[in-house]
Amino acid sequence: MVTAQSHAGKGSFDLHDVSVTYGSETAIAGVSMHIEPNAVTALIGPSGCGKSTLLRCLNRMNDELGNATVGGRILLDGVDVYDKEYDPVELRTKVGQVFQKPNPFPMTIYDNVAYGPRTQGIRKRSDLDALVERSLTRAALWGEVKKDLKKHAFELSGGQQQRVCIARALATEPEVLLMDEPASSLDPISTQQIEDTIAELKEYVTIVIVTHNMQQAARISDKTAFMLRESMEHPAFLVEVGETRTMFTNPGDKRTEAYITGRFG
Amino acid sequence: MIRLNGWSAIVILAAIGIFLAYGGARALGEVGFWTLVTGSEWYPTIAEPRFGFVPLLIGSAAVTITAIFLSMPVSLAAAVFISEFANKRVKEVAKSIIEFMAAVPSVVYGLIGIAIVVPGVKEAFNLDSGLNAMSGAIVLAFMIAPTIVSISEDALHAVPNDLRQGSLALGNTRWQTTYKVVLPSASSGVLAAVMLGMGRAIGETMAVLMLTGNAARIPGSLFESVRTITGTIAAEMGNVVQGGLHQSVLFTLGLVLFAITFLINLVADLVLEKQRRRWRR
Repeated sequence: MVTAQSHAGKGSFDLHDVSVTYGSETAIAGVSMHIEPNAVTALIGPSGCGKSTLLRCLNRMNDELGNATVGGRILLDGVDVYDKEYDPVELRTKVGQVFQKPNPFPMTIYDNVAYGPRTQGIRKRSDLDALVERSLTRAALWGEVKKDLKKHAFELSGGQQQRVCIARALATEPEVLLMDEPASSLDPISTQQIEDTIAELKEYVTIVIVTHNMQQAARISDKTAFMLRESMEHPAFLVEVGETRTMFTNPGDKRTEAYITGRFG
Repeated sequence: MIRLNGWSAIVILAAIGIFLAYGGARALGEVGFWTLVTGSEWYPTIAEPRFGFVPLLIGSAAVTITAIFLSMPVSLAAAVFISEFANKRVKEVAKSIIEFMAAVPSVVYGLIGIAIVVPGVKEAFNLDSGLNAMSGAIVLAFMIAPTIVSISEDALHAVPNDLRQGSLALGNTRWQTTYKVVLPSASSGVLAAVMLGMGRAIGETMAVLMLTGNAARIPGSLFESVRTITGTIAAEMGNVVQGGLHQSVLFTLGLVLFAITFLINLVADLVLEKQRRRWRR
């Protein structure tokens, strides 16, 4: 039996002057912020402002794009994840990701969720069973699928597929869960379910969520970071970051206020 | 217009079948289909000729299946490398090499086989002659590689990037991602690639004619000389009496070959279509 690991207090990020360059184009620059553990941090901003790019820095998925260079320092619980010695594969077991479009693997629900743990060498059936149940429960899907764990994941609805993906990411017991507009391709009811799930998840993991939807950020996040790219000649930057309630009622920057009240973006 | 083309393809296929059956009518009438297909002796030119296809079918099967087994691991590895690991430059170079391999005339493969593979097999296995099923299969393995590589590569390429990203984000290496997600996702396309390679192998004539030794008898091992269906038709068609029984038998043999390749390609196409439908969600 695998005991439920508690990462309480773990999974905090510190970003110091982070920049990302694709080839010769600098996409984002000068981002410094602290991401609190066991809280939901929302990254908001207009399209193309580098939210997703910044998110992908946190689990080094930018590495896979080939031509992206990340500058500055990113510390996870005080450890520089861009250190030459740091293995990105190792990092990704601590920092999971849920993508914009549900991307279950073409296999059963069970095998999808057990995918990460199996990679980590967990083979015992009872351990896997327990992990699958716990992860699906946390993703608020267990009740709906416990009888059809052998069902092919493609047979589920879009919302259910996305929650399989959340369960799959949770199954490796990460400290941080990155979510890139996880509800953008879903209907309102599925979106609601995903949001409810997120609210419960922060008990176990730190959540960083990119969202286009301001109301969603206001509803689900504790902290909000507003990013902006003012022109294509200049890289995107972090305008401000703070308590969500403050940001939405009394933003410190005029541009934040303008964006939040819907004057652009 | 497109529909017309589709129908014309079917009409042409049917016409080929009917033409072969017509050419083979005399043999089918005088010897009988069942006797031809199950007969184990092929002596077409003696006073009382025996027309049994079994040695030829076994010859073709031996060479084809061996070629597939030799070619599949290497071709699949090449496809995985090109699709999953090579950078853009290497990918382009590799693809043009594969295209070039497909463009080499089969008689040239035959000559290379005579020059290198036949003596090599003779040496390596300590045989009296290197002209046997194994030599044919080795050269054939190279000839079908372009088919297997390019179609498998297409199938791997068609696997959505989302899945690779999903797997990498779960702390899998690229290699783990390839064999745990990408390859299983592309499995039916890879299967189709192998089947199309098989169709190509069974229809190949010139190289096997030059390399397999052409003894039309049931071989005891891969190191004995064999005669394939295609080799038989090519070698004997020039020496038969027009309208004679022997010629008619060769037409029937062609009909059998046509049916086999048609079936293999049909199944491969169905499998490929299933693969395509999979990602249309």
